[in-house]
Amino acid sequence: MLRRTVLSALIAALALAPALVMAADTPGVTATEIKIGNTNPYSGPASAYGTIGKVIGAYFKKVNDEGGLNGRKINYITYDDAYSPPKTVEMVRKLVEQDQVAALFQTLGTPTNSAIHKYMNQQKVPHLFVATGATKWNDPKNFPWTMGWQPNYQTEGHIYAQYILKNFPDAKIGILYQNDDYGKDYRKGLHDGLGEAAKKMIVMEQTYEVTDPTIDSQIVNLKNSGANVFFNVTIPKFAVQAIKKAHDIGWKPAHFLNNVSSSLATVLKPAGLEASKGLITALYMKEITDPQWKSDKGFQDWVAFMKRYYPEGALDDQGNAFGYTVAQAMVQVLKQCGNDLSRDNILKQAESLKNLEFPLLLPGIKVNTSPTDHAPIEQEQLAKFDGERWATFGELYDAAKK
Amino acid sequence: MTPRARAVGVAAALAVALALPLFVSNFRLFQFTQVAVYAIALLGLNVLTGYNGQISLGHGAFYALGAYTTAIMIDKWDVPYPLTIVTAGVLCLVVGFLFGIPALRLEGLYLALATFALALAIPQILKYFEHWTGGSQGIVLSKPNAPWGLPLSPDQWLYFFTLAVLVALFALARNLLMGRTGRAIVAIRDNAIAAQAMGVNTALYKSLTFGVSAAYTGVAGGLSAIVIAFVAPDAFNVFLSITFLTGIVIGGLASISGAIFGALFIQFVPNWAQDISKAAPWAIYGVFLIGFMYVMPFGIAGAVRLALARLGRRGTAARA
Repeated sequence: MLRRTVLSALIAALALAPALVMAADTPGVTATEIKIGNTNPYSGPASAYGTIGKVIGAYFKKVNDEGGLNGRKINYITYDDAYSPPKTVEMVRKLVEQDQVAALFQTLGTPTNSAIHKYMNQQKVPHLFVATGATKWNDPKNFPWTMGWQPNYQTEGHIYAQYILKNFPDAKIGILYQNDDYGKDYRKGLHDGLGEAAKKMIVMEQTYEVTDPTIDSQIVNLKNSGANVFFNVTIPKFAVQAIKKAHDIGWKPAHFLNNVSSSLATVLKPAGLEASKGLITALYMKEITDPQWKSDKGFQDWVAFMKRYYPEGALDDQGNAFGYTVAQAMVQVLKQCGNDLSRDNILKQAESLKNLEFPLLLPGIKVNTSPTDHAPIEQEQLAKFDGERWATFGELYDAAKK
Repeated sequence: MTPRARAVGVAAALAVALALPLFVSNFRLFQFTQVAVYAIALLGLNVLTGYNGQISLGHGAFYALGAYTTAIMIDKWDVPYPLTIVTAGVLCLVVGFLFGIPALRLEGLYLALATFALALAIPQILKYFEHWTGGSQGIVLSKPNAPWGLPLSPDQWLYFFTLAVLVALFALARNLLMGRTGRAIVAIRDNAIAAQAMGVNTALYKSLTFGVSAAYTGVAGGLSAIVIAFVAPDAFNVFLSITFLTGIVIGGLASISGAIFGALFIQFVPNWAQDISKAAPWAIYGVFLIGFMYVMPFGIAGAVRLALARLGRRGTAARA
C-alpha cells in the first residue's frame, strides 16, 4: 500500500516536473494557474469605477468555470488603491514583487497609472490595457511594456472637428469643458482637429469644476455668445444639466456630447428624451441602455453573464460592459500565448491582435495592435440621438489612418 | 520608566531598524520607508495637536506643499534631492508660522475647521498652477541610486536615508519638547491663561509650534515624493489629513514614540483590512479603530507605557 502511494506520488512529481521547471523563469505561472494583477478604486472619490474591477473578476471566474486556459485557471488579484497614486505604487509593487503576477491588467485611472508607468517598464512587466482615456499610453518607443485600450479623448475631439468642418462651414462653436486633464484633452483634440479654423470658429469657451453645484450660468453665457454649435465636454451629472438648461432657455445649437456621457439611463433619460433629440456623439461600444440592442446576441449573452456571475452589478452601468469586453481581450491574449506564458510572450501576443471584434463593440469596430501601435481601439462612429436610440451614421472614423 | 530602560528601548528599536534590510524584501522595505515618512509627519502633527492642543485637520496640505517643493525643484532645476528636503522643511516652517498667526484667533474646533479648509483647497490649487505642478497629470521623478558606490539597492538606500532623517528629527523634537520650550508648549495646552501668567508668550509659541509642526510634515512630504517618485493632486485629498489625525490618536497623543506606532497603524492596518475582507475593507478598518480606542484609550504608546510600568512594579515587588 505504502509503496504504491510513494510510487504514484513519484510519478505525479515526474509529470509535474517540466511544468515546475518552466514556472521558474515565468513569474506568476504554474502548471495550474496564471496570476494577473490589477488595481481599482473600490473606495474613495472614484469608487463608481470600481465595478469595472469587479466585473473583470466575474468574467475570469466564468473562464475558470469553463475549464480555464490550457488547463490553467486565471488567478486574478485585485487591490483597492482608492485612486491615490502612492497607494497604487504600493499595491502594484506588492503585485509585482510579492505576489509575482505575470502581468498587470486594466489598472484604472490616469494619475494612478502615471505613478507606475516608469516602474512597470523598468521591471519589464506587461502593463496591459490600462483603463484611462489619456493619450500617453500609446508610446511603445519609450514605454514598450505599457498599452492603452479605449480610444483617447483627443481622438474623439478630432472626430467632431472633422465633422464640423465638413458640415458646418460657418460654425460658431461654444465649448463647455471640465477643468482638468480629461476636459482639456477633449478641448485640445477639437482645437487640433479644426486647425487654422479654430481661431475663427470658436467663439466662447466655458469651464466648470467637478465640485460645482450647477452649470446654468455657463449655458446662458454660451447661448448669449451666439454659438450655433455646442461642444459639451461634461460628465453625466453636468451633461444632464446642460441638456436640460439648453432646452429650457430655447437654445438649439448642433449639440455634440462627449462619449463619456452617452448613457441613455444616466444622462439622456434624466435630461428628457425630447430635449436630447438631435444630440451627436461618437461611440465605439454598444450603449447598453439603448433599446436597439435588446435582441442583440452579444447584449443578451452579457446580460446572462451578469445575472449568473455578477448579479449585484447594475445592468445600466456601461462600466460593466466595458470591463466584460476588455476582460475578453485579455483572455484572447492569454489564449494566443499558448503554453509560453513568459512576460515577453504575453507582451508579444498583446502586440499581435489583428482585426478582433468583440460582442459589445459596435459592429465594424476592430481591435488592432502591433509593436509600434499600443492603442488597441482607434475607431469610432458618430451617432445621432433620434429620441429613442443612438442611430449611427457616416463612416467609421479611424485614428490610425491619419 | 527609568532613563536607562528608555535608552535600552531606543537602542533596541534602532538596532531592529538598522538590521531590517537584511531580512526583508525590497517591497517590504519600501513599506517600512513609508512608515518612516509617515512617522515624521505624525510627529509634526503630534507636536501641534498632542503637545500644544491645537487640532489640525489640514496637515495633508503641508505634506503636499513639501512634496511639490521637492518634486518641482528636482524636475525643473535638477537640485540634489537632500537639498530639496531641507527647502521643503524651511518653506513649510515659514508658511506654517504665517498660517499660525491668524489661526491664533481660532480655538479648538474652529481651528480644526480652518485647517480643514486648507486640506480641501490644496488639490484644486495644485491643479490651478498647472505650469509648475503638471496639473492633474502630476510630476514623475526618478528614484535616486545609492551614492558613493554603496552596494545598496535604491530601495535600501532610500530606507537608510529616510531613517537617518527620522532619527535626526526625532532627536531634535525630543530636545525641543523635554526642555523649557516643551514645558511652555504643554503649559499652553493645559491652561493658556496660567501659562501667560507665568510669562510665556503664548501667541509667539503657538505660531512657532504651528511652524515647526508644518516643517516636520513638509519634510515628510518631500521624502514621500522621492520614495514614491511621483506627485499628483489626487494623492493629497482630505482623507490624507484625516489619516494623519487618526495616526496620532491611535499612536498616542503627546508621545514621541506614538508617532512610530501610529505610522505602523496607518500603513499596515488598511492593508490587513483588505486582506480580511475585499467587500468591506473600511468597515473592518473601522472595527480596528474602535477596538484600538477601546482597548488602548491612550494610544499604543500609552498602552506600552502602562504595560512597562506594571512590569516594573511587579519586578520591584518581587525584589522586596
